[in-house]
Amino acid sequence: MNLTELTIDPLRDLLLQGKTSAVEVAKAHFEHIERRDKEVRAYLHLCPERALQQAAKIDRQLAAGEHLGPLAGIPVAVKDVILTGGARNTCASKILANYVAPYDAPAVERLEAAGAVILGKTNCDEFAMGSSTENSGFFVTHNPHDLTRVPGGSSGGSAAAVAANMAVASLGSDTGGSIRQPAAFCGIVGMMGTYGRVSRYGLVAFASSLDHIGPFGRSVRDVARLLQTIAGRDPHDSTSADVPVEDYVAGLDQNVRGLKVGVPGEYFKGLSPETGDNIQKGIELLAKLGCQVVPISLPHTDYAIACYYIICTAEASSNLARYDGVRYGFRSADPVDLQAMYKQTRYGGFGAEVKRRIMLGTYVLSSGYYDAYYLKAQKVRTLITRDFLEAFDEVDIILTPTSPFPAFKLGERMDDPWQMYLADIYTVTASLAGIPGICVPCGKTKQDPHLPVGMQLLAKHFDEARLLRVADAFEKAGGFEVA
Amino acid sequence: MALEEKDVRYVAELAHLELTPEEVMKFLPQLDSILQHMQKLNELDTSQVEPMAQVTYPAAANPSLRADLPLKTFDQDVALANAPDPTAGYFRVPRVIEKEE
Repeated sequence: MNLTELTIDPLRDLLLQGKTSAVEVAKAHFEHIERRDKEVRAYLHLCPERALQQAAKIDRQLAAGEHLGPLAGIPVAVKDVILTGGARNTCASKILANYVAPYDAPAVERLEAAGAVILGKTNCDEFAMGSSTENSGFFVTHNPHDLTRVPGGSSGGSAAAVAANMAVASLGSDTGGSIRQPAAFCGIVGMMGTYGRVSRYGLVAFASSLDHIGPFGRSVRDVARLLQTIAGRDPHDSTSADVPVEDYVAGLDQNVRGLKVGVPGEYFKGLSPETGDNIQKGIELLAKLGCQVVPISLPHTDYAIACYYIICTAEASSNLARYDGVRYGFRSADPVDLQAMYKQTRYGGFGAEVKRRIMLGTYVLSSGYYDAYYLKAQKVRTLITRDFLEAFDEVDIILTPTSPFPAFKLGERMDDPWQMYLADIYTVTASLAGIPGICVPCGKTKQDPHLPVGMQLLAKHFDEARLLRVADAFEKAGGFEVA
Repeated sequence: MALEEKDVRYVAELAHLELTPEEVMKFLPQLDSILQHMQKLNELDTSQVEPMAQVTYPAAANPSLRADLPLKTFDQDVALANAPDPTAGYFRVPRVIEKEE
């Protein structure tokens, strides 16, 4: 039995039966990381001291017969844009290379309170800006299924760590697909809840009207458990929703007969043929389970990438104004005056994609262009949201591919930024509308090297329970290995 | 190409970014191309559409408001712990105002 290959429930059973200990589980993961992460490079830094301390605490509770939290002893990785107090938080940016987080994000605090063991912080695109993790200011993460390919992004490290058994589950952040797309590329489950479902306090801001924290796991059940743990109102985040959190885990294991699944034609144009084949098989499987498959239309889909990249860069240019070398982070050496300090600090601290997005965002907000770009995009955002709300009058769930293609080669899309942005074409829509989405594995491509394909399911605001129920039914019916 | 070199320099200046001449020339065609793709939105008539600044949903009345109570926040030493140049409880920066001769 390999302790690093299990999902949460079997691991918990072993702990409760006394067949292993939380310390043993944590050490098994660190040993595996030591070997495997030399080639995958998912982690930016590990926190063995904190992890082993927490694991020892779980073992003491276990020995004393105390009640154990739902995630007791479960090793979890955290994307390096989500603060863990006392540890470095770099956002994969040189500008924050030595930044030490002053507090725990509530998402992290809630995981640890439920017994989870935080192993370390994972690599990502700098400030979560990218779709391949190649924009990290430190190094590139490799896809565990094929080391010559990207793990997706921006939460590529969190996805690769779970896919390569270097954590049982992980946290990522999703602004335009940064959880769902790497989940697809790495063949695991990744979920973004409704906007406001999970507190973003302690998540370093990229685009505040779009940012989410969400979980990765190797099963739908594990993702349901993590989401349930981290969801709910937090007074530190005024955008966190005061809406009761359902018992997602209790809602699993039910049949999905009679549910209406909408399939929007717009998401099947320009799809790589093998991705299309797998998604078709996924649709057929849900039909076999008794779902009613309904063709639908989301007519403004084609405008989503332009709309998203105007809004997210505008918000990013504002959020990233705080990196000026005054209060934290890197400061350029010996500037002649304050203005020079700002400019040189930002010149030396930010990578190319971050600079590009700050400039785009500054441009679309600047005098003379605000109405033509930013205001226009906000109006189109209304239309994209309306498409979804109207569709959900007819159907319960919407099914799409997560990405038009499987994991691409390292370096393949780095020369043309727009080509990279197109990797998010099926995920940005839900982000703009604020609805929840989950990505589940939907088989692998026929041809060598047999890359994972991801299927995306979307639901209306705060309908996470139904989304998880359908994803769980799909998994139990063999959907993950459908092709 | 609609965007010009001076536009890139102007935007970089607004954003407090220093760019080398090579970077300006690298970013110019990239930004221009992205902005042209973004103009696709002009195909849509949005004259009767309200802008959406934030995701809203039916929820408790104004959940963003809480009681106005003083709460504990970071101590000064914690707030200064990451500062590049902390001095006597302050963030020190290069001189802003010139001394009179």
